[in-house]
Amino acid sequence: MTPAVQTIGILGAGKLGTTLAQLARKAGYEVYISGSGDPQKIALTIEVLVPGARAASSAEAARNADIVILALPLSKFRDLPVTQLSGKLVIDAMNYWWEVDGDRNDFITEGLPSSSAVQAFLHDSRVVKALNHMSYHDLYDEPKPRGAEGRKAIAIAGDNDSDTQTVATFVDSLGFDPLIIGTLHEGRKLEAGTNVFGADVPRAELTRLVAAQSE
Amino acid sequence: MTKKSPTASPYEFGINSFGDIAVKDDGALMNYAESLRLVIDEAVLADKLGIDAIGLGEHHRFEYSISSPDVVLAGIATRTKNIKLASAVTVLSSDDPVRVFERFSTIDALSNGRAQVILGRGSFTESFPLYGYELRDYDQLFEEKIDLFSKLLDEKPVTWSGELRASLTNADVFPKTESGHLATFVGVGGSPQSIVRAAAYGFPVMLAIIGGSPERFTPYAELYKRAANELGKPIYPLGMHSPGYIADTDEKAIEEAFPYFKTAMDRIGSTRGWSPMTREHFMSEVERGSMYVGSPETVAQKIVKAMKAIGVQRFDLVYGFGPVPATSRRRTIELFATKVIPRVRELLEEHKKS
Repeated sequence: MTPAVQTIGILGAGKLGTTLAQLARKAGYEVYISGSGDPQKIALTIEVLVPGARAASSAEAARNADIVILALPLSKFRDLPVTQLSGKLVIDAMNYWWEVDGDRNDFITEGLPSSSAVQAFLHDSRVVKALNHMSYHDLYDEPKPRGAEGRKAIAIAGDNDSDTQTVATFVDSLGFDPLIIGTLHEGRKLEAGTNVFGADVPRAELTRLVAAQSE
Repeated sequence: MTKKSPTASPYEFGINSFGDIAVKDDGALMNYAESLRLVIDEAVLADKLGIDAIGLGEHHRFEYSISSPDVVLAGIATRTKNIKLASAVTVLSSDDPVRVFERFSTIDALSNGRAQVILGRGSFTESFPLYGYELRDYDQLFEEKIDLFSKLLDEKPVTWSGELRASLTNADVFPKTESGHLATFVGVGGSPQSIVRAAAYGFPVMLAIIGGSPERFTPYAELYKRAANELGKPIYPLGMHSPGYIADTDEKAIEEAFPYFKTAMDRIGSTRGWSPMTREHFMSEVERGSMYVGSPETVAQKIVKAMKAIGVQRFDLVYGFGPVPATSRRRTIELFATKVIPRVRELLEEHKKS
């Protein structure tokens, strides 16, 4: 058994980052959240939108966290604090969004799943892909207690069983049924352009959608 | 903001269009020109029916006819009397602040002071490659341009410098407005930093809420007030816009609207990579989210609930979302003006008294 997850670090204080921070606070975690620069820039936003969370630098958020969630524009992943993220369990919730990121080939080798590129860059971190396929407003609206009817599911892809299990427990605590779908490379089944992307559905339906993406 | 007499209602109601390619009564798609003329006719109708404002979006995609909202607004200006003429939004990042000011101060003149600029970063970025801007400059372009625009609003010679636009030294910009102030808002789609930025410049905010529960935006109202307060800036009433479709009954509205909304959402989704909209998703938006689809009473109740939850004083309905027949677009506008708005006002007044 790994020690219980208590502290979540969220890198990115936009729509997704603040929404995930709200969910993590509701689930009782300690939360650090960082924007793109000086924590002071987001201090008021965090105080009002996510009471109880701490605005921090990305290095500080990474250093203090048991789980770090990446919620910044995908094209900025090379700005991540590699050293502070070393050894950490990192949830990659980022997606390629051409309207923000521009040409994907400018920052990710053609054909490579985006989370694999992030893992290659964060070579000493343990990257798990999750919380990427549901829109931030569905993430905000949909959490339900375990066993509730119509509870929605979140897909998880990672290479290490104990890490995907930890993320599954975390996802469950936020109010969603976890669905572990396979290796990090298979996380490509959750990317933009698939039928899973945007999915806000219960576990059985998500399982079917993921299976339909296969090979 | 326009000054109001003390007896006037504090609430305002508008309609918004992206200039979706509409459908004729025989089922054929209109062409771009016909769709544009339709919007002008609808604005004239809305003006006659007493709707407070019309806002036109700026898009550069095949399914929309309006890429130059200001030109369409100028056309509307000379055929209407009272309705306010807004962009929803002007994509400032890929436009030029001086030209935006010039165009809207011109509309303001043509309309006797009814122009409203709603500045935004735009949720679409097709305009960037079209006009030769780099997406990597997305944030900086908006930061610099809103800064310059805020200075232009003083209507005095401007000295300004930035990195992505030519500097100005004592540059005077014309035409000046008669009132001395061009009504300017910032459209915000959900980025908290955009709220703080609008407050910092002293601009009122229009929230674009196109999905999910409107209650999610309640803390944004608080954030806007807190930010304005801390920075010593004025606090203006907030507004919001959301898509809708109104028919005589809930059943009719839902059955008719679903294919139109699905077409519109799936077209946007196809370029962003999200999966097609299901009936379940549509229904959850109708029942709990941000699609105002139903009978006048249902839509009025839903609008009141959202306005109260967030504390907004202006609600703009995005009508004609998707390939909607002209007669149905017209019906939505008529029912919105004659049934929904009076009912919303009535419910809000009751709420205030209780």
